[in-house]
Amino acid sequence: MSSDGPPPQVADVEPESRAEGERRRIAPRAGAPVAPARDVNGATAAAGEQEPKQGLSVTLQQLRAFYGDAEQVKGIDLDFRANEVTAIIGPSGSGKSTVVRCINRMHEEIPGARAEGRVMLDDLDVYDRSVDVVAVRRAIGMVFQKPNPFPTMSVFDNVAAGLRLSSSGRGAQGKHDLRSKVEEALRAAGLWDEVAERLGEPGAALSGGQQQRLCIARSLAVQPEVILMDEPCSALDPIATLKIEELIEELKQRVTIVIVTHNMQQAARVADRTAFLLSGQLVEVGPTQEIFTKPNDPRTEEYVTGKFG
Amino acid sequence: MSVQGPPGARLARFAVSPARRRKDRLARGTVTAGAVIALIPLALVLFYLLRKGLGSWSPSFFDTDPTGNTFFKASSIGGIKSAILGTVEIVALASAIAIPIGIGTAVWLVEYGRTSRFASLVRFFVDVLTGVPSIVFGLFIYIVLVVGTGSSYAGYKGSLALSLLMLPVVIRSAEVILMLVPSGLRESALALGAPRWRVIFSIVLPTALPGMVTGVLLAIARAAGETAPLLFTAAATDRTNLNLGQFMNSLPVQIYKDVTSPTTAVVNRAWGAALTLVVMILLLNVIARLVSRRSRLA
Amino acid sequence: MPGGDRSILQRSPLARLPDRALKYGLTALSALILALIVYFFVRLVGEAHPAFAHEGVFGFAFNNDWDVSGEKFGALPLVVGTLITSALALLIGVPVAVASAIYANELCPLRLRTALTVLVELLAAVPSVVYGLWGIFFLAPKLQPIEQWVADRLSFVPFIGGGTVTIPNYFIAGLILAIMILPIVSAISREVMATVPADQKEAALGLGATRWEMIRTAVLPYCRAGIVGGAMLGLGRAIGETIAVTIVIGDAPQLGSHLFGQGYSLAAVIANEFGEAQGLHRSALFAAGLVLFVLTLLVNGVARVLVSRASRAGKSTPLAAVGPQPIAGAMAGA
Repeated sequence: MSSDGPPPQVADVEPESRAEGERRRIAPRAGAPVAPARDVNGATAAAGEQEPKQGLSVTLQQLRAFYGDAEQVKGIDLDFRANEVTAIIGPSGSGKSTVVRCINRMHEEIPGARAEGRVMLDDLDVYDRSVDVVAVRRAIGMVFQKPNPFPTMSVFDNVAAGLRLSSSGRGAQGKHDLRSKVEEALRAAGLWDEVAERLGEPGAALSGGQQQRLCIARSLAVQPEVILMDEPCSALDPIATLKIEELIEELKQRVTIVIVTHNMQQAARVADRTAFLLSGQLVEVGPTQEIFTKPNDPRTEEYVTGKFG
Repeated sequence: MSVQGPPGARLARFAVSPARRRKDRLARGTVTAGAVIALIPLALVLFYLLRKGLGSWSPSFFDTDPTGNTFFKASSIGGIKSAILGTVEIVALASAIAIPIGIGTAVWLVEYGRTSRFASLVRFFVDVLTGVPSIVFGLFIYIVLVVGTGSSYAGYKGSLALSLLMLPVVIRSAEVILMLVPSGLRESALALGAPRWRVIFSIVLPTALPGMVTGVLLAIARAAGETAPLLFTAAATDRTNLNLGQFMNSLPVQIYKDVTSPTTAVVNRAWGAALTLVVMILLLNVIARLVSRRSRLA
Repeated sequence: MPGGDRSILQRSPLARLPDRALKYGLTALSALILALIVYFFVRLVGEAHPAFAHEGVFGFAFNNDWDVSGEKFGALPLVVGTLITSALALLIGVPVAVASAIYANELCPLRLRTALTVLVELLAAVPSVVYGLWGIFFLAPKLQPIEQWVADRLSFVPFIGGGTVTIPNYFIAGLILAIMILPIVSAISREVMATVPADQKEAALGLGATRWEMIRTAVLPYCRAGIVGGAMLGLGRAIGETIAVTIVIGDAPQLGSHLFGQGYSLAAVIANEFGEAQGLHRSALFAAGLVLFVLTLLVNGVARVLVSRASRAGKSTPLAAVGPQPIAGAMAGA
């Protein structure tokens, strides 16, 4: 295992193939002040910071998704820009969730389901045969509609779960690193102040909104490039929803966010761009303001003015 | 738009380490091996049973009575007629006792008792009954009916012991099925003004029938294979005896007696009997599964 | 109709008769079952009493001397034999059963799943006397050379090593029991694993877990209580199993000398000695039956609590209230 500098602080995993010499230290050193001010590119002024924490773009090319023989998503070309929040809106059954689940290849977990086309994460097609689906899911995190913290684990263990999979957290130094990463993730999710004293409590003991932020922290802990959110607030009360929407605003500086929502006001509040899906096809995509005030397609206009959906 | 370096360079840090991959493969291999191991005994038992048992099968095997374990020439050890007939009779009587009582109790639990304390008590005792070792049932009937009345072994006493064994099986499976009948079905019938007993007999029971038949068949299969309850109740005899009031032979007991015999021919007879018994039980199982497919409940 | 005949809405007493007859009839039936079980217990205790009086309750259970001709009935060797065989059954059977459950639920291709579960459940259809037959005539001879090899190689290990391998022995009995409890432990484990909510598994996969890591993180911790409960039901079954064990364990009422030697168990002693037992001897056998009964009661009681708690946590279906897979479980005699 070659190293091009001081040994990595985190238990970096050995890459499967190519880019051996390209491996960079990406995570901030443990102990660095958390959540420093970042500019648009995610670069920070913190000492020792070598790599800008920056999300990557995702591009769908002719994406089609099937449940058995039924085609649910019918050829979509869509672009999610790096470090932006893109919302996907549309009536139920339009394929919004399916599209999003194709991005991190969760769609194929359903028996009989498959996808065709390409999903480019930056310049890599995640559906390429040589790509490991497990790695894809680590690079592209997901927050689900109903908060699903692991009930048998404490708050701390929940956030650490993803990190422990790659065998970090072993040994004294590892444990120390783990703790600081968990704290960092919880801070980034805006949950640290509320749970700092309760890290040992079961994850399911938190309120609904807290649980969802816990799930966000859990996803953030493995430092993904993209986070997919499938109607993350639909099971939450308005105040919890607001907190998460504020969170999304902050998070986009470090990850690219794709959010599925049936709540158009929410899309208007948080998203930079919005895509409108209807019956498995992309009708229109553009800056959120334009979609809601001057849509090009009459179907978009009908939907956003509430004529159906 | 792409970051410098070969495609996916930025994503190298997400790669799955070979160690993880190895662990995943190892774990999955072990689990698969476990599943295969679980199936090996079944294959071995059935195979060996066929090999040793088929040789004994012949028309006369089913038509002649056994002639005991003592040292006889192979040609005169007889067949298993009395054992087969005995099993059929004893199990039939046991079923005739256990099924109505069991289903009746299950109906009471679901339709009347429901969540009352008495119902919980009954359920608890039925649970207790489920865990009783089968030989203890034999002991109980022995105390009550053999010693208690000063009379001797009899087929019907074996049936009683078996019915005690079948009772919890029938009750629990019937209860599960009855609870699966949607309450909406009952309610709409009641709302039409039907009396409760009508609802039970005309709506609930017919809907639950396939599922209950499955449970009953499985209970019968279980009872047919039991030896211990019969050892001290029906005991055994060699002659065919259709009178349930006397000693009666049965397949499991016949096999059990023959197992310890030094005569190879007798042991072969045991294998033939064992194959017969297993075929009977498997048949019941197959029928039970076919019936359960016709059930409109889960 | 204003002021109409209200009796139109009342049923005649005769019409209400079937309903009440049914209700009280069935209630009486259920009460009868209760009474029967109580009577059952009372009679057993009554018959066992002389032996307990002779040896003392603890004397019976813990004295190491089962001597029929000498009228001494310390059942310790029998209890130990029962425990040894049951422990073996758990040690061998539970891992295999849980592995097959994990495979069936999480790894098995969908079209093979039904076939696999049906086959494992078929193990429960084989009557115990046939297992005994197969055990003594096929398994024991086949394994004897291997057992001898192990005993010789590990002769320094107490209990396992040293001594010659007899055909009926503890190990074979334990092995047969392991096979017999496979279906029930596997069925309950599968049932409990099926209650793991899909979103738990998705959460683990979404974090970038491999298949096994997902099972380890989301499925197994969730099912721990239920699997333990299933194992205990298997234990209850192993403790009470009579015929198969009787055939393959031998009849040596001495404290288990070694793994590959003859042994005895509570159920086996009853099966073997009851036929000719008289007086105090017979009473001692009843006492053995009572001990068996109480043991299985305790084990099954704890098991049921664990299992129903585990599956109730997943979903509240009638199955959860009654206990999962009652058909399979009852079939397997638990």
